[in-house]
Amino acid sequence: MNWLDTIVQGVLLGGLYALFAAGLSLVFGIMRLVNLAHGDLIVLAAYLILVIVSVLGISPFLAVTIALPLMFASGYVLQRVVLNRVLGEDILPPLLVTFGISVVLQNTMQEAFSADTRRLPPGDIGTASLQVAGLNIGVMPLLTFASAVLVIVVLNQIFYRTALGRAFRATSDDATTASLMGIRPSRIFAQATGIALMIVTIAALYLGMRANFDPSIGPARLIYAFEAVIIGGLGSLWGTLAGGVIIGVAQTVGAAINPEWQILAGHVAFLLVLLVKPRGLFPRAVD
Amino acid sequence: MALISLDRVNRSFGALTVADGVTFDVAEGEALGIIGPNGAGKSTLFNLIAGNIAPESGTIRFLGEDVTKTPAMRRCIAGMGRSFQIPQPFSKLTVFENLLVAGAFGRNRSEADVAQDCAEVLRKTGLLAKANTVAGALSLLERKRLELARALATDPKLLLLDEIAGGLTEGECGELVKTIKAIHAGGVTIIWIEHVLHALNSVVERLLVLHFGKVIGIGKPEAIMASAEVREIYLGIEV
Repeated sequence: MNWLDTIVQGVLLGGLYALFAAGLSLVFGIMRLVNLAHGDLIVLAAYLILVIVSVLGISPFLAVTIALPLMFASGYVLQRVVLNRVLGEDILPPLLVTFGISVVLQNTMQEAFSADTRRLPPGDIGTASLQVAGLNIGVMPLLTFASAVLVIVVLNQIFYRTALGRAFRATSDDATTASLMGIRPSRIFAQATGIALMIVTIAALYLGMRANFDPSIGPARLIYAFEAVIIGGLGSLWGTLAGGVIIGVAQTVGAAINPEWQILAGHVAFLLVLLVKPRGLFPRAVD
Repeated sequence: MALISLDRVNRSFGALTVADGVTFDVAEGEALGIIGPNGAGKSTLFNLIAGNIAPESGTIRFLGEDVTKTPAMRRCIAGMGRSFQIPQPFSKLTVFENLLVAGAFGRNRSEADVAQDCAEVLRKTGLLAKANTVAGALSLLERKRLELARALATDPKLLLLDEIAGGLTEGECGELVKTIKAIHAGGVTIIWIEHVLHALNSVVERLLVLHFGKVIGIGKPEAIMASAEVREIYLGIEV
């Protein structure tokens, strides 16, 4: 067994988990909303890409460019119509509502697409690989990781370099005061959820090309996303990438020792980090 | 023309009446001071004017338009700027970013458009050296200045100041008064809630006394301060 190879594969897998987590982290960071339907939204986006691929007969990479604006719009509407109504001092209503959305999404997708497993056709790129320093690195995992880094770079640019980003941070700091400064928090929140669902769509693209998916796998993706966010420290996007990488490496190393240990090893790594650093590796948010 | 006028504005929280038929006008370019004992409804009055809470009855007019039902963010864009009694900066943003956000959204313009004005506000309020400091790291005086600066960044026609001199040393207070005087001289209408009377009286042309949500006196500061009722209620002096 080649340990270096195992670790590299784990790091690259971490990119996928970071993509799962970035949208969750964004929404939590801005409006303290824990979206329990996050994983199901990833699966929904995967089905959306699948539908576009099969109807138009195009590659998933092209289909995603159509899916992105659609998912942004869905996120915007979801936030404006449903989630904004339940945001407040009490954190229970948003949890209940997003849990409900999760159940509804899973069942609707089951009804619409059946419980059969599906996959996005990756084309030739799915099996292509690069030889680097004696390691065989798949182009697809590399692309996944690069996308995760790109997403985080772009998000950081939005946060610290644009008016929208400053409005995100100001609203996250104090929504009431922000509204007295001419900011409309309901609109800011809607844009944030829209962007989160665009990240979800990118995550869905790689999820669907890497492995099979069916309507029931959302909640497990949510768990990975949560773990990555918490390991990284709430509110830190680079921390989220680190969290994803830690889970990814733990899983591939666990699988290398014993294939049954893959999932378990990821969760154990999460618990260990919590024991040592309860606030995550790079804590930023105060609460 | 009155820049802002309140007509029989009422509001209560349960059994507690915090605004009881409040009626007054403030002319364009005027500075009005509001005094009253703690719990008189002074900050609530600002909440009603700025639009964070809605009156149960009565009308609020700003620039001749009925804004009673207008949301806070629209009133801000229309020209109301507000500072809070307890400074509430966006603590994770830098001082300059605090102003940029207020300027861009409060005036409905692009950041590039307002950046120059924001820098000017920083200079005026003496915060230029702190432009890139994270707001959470500021001292009390600096936070109070930032409250003022952020309200100014929205380019207000009406500036609502809530106990901005409270908790400052004599020297700090004097400096702040100088800044406020300069802003007033620039044509901004001011309503100022304050317990530090000498600071207040050196700026405002009229005083309004609030007691249990009721306006019990409005007029020239000397006349108000001389009134027996005000002395008894506000200063606790037996007459």
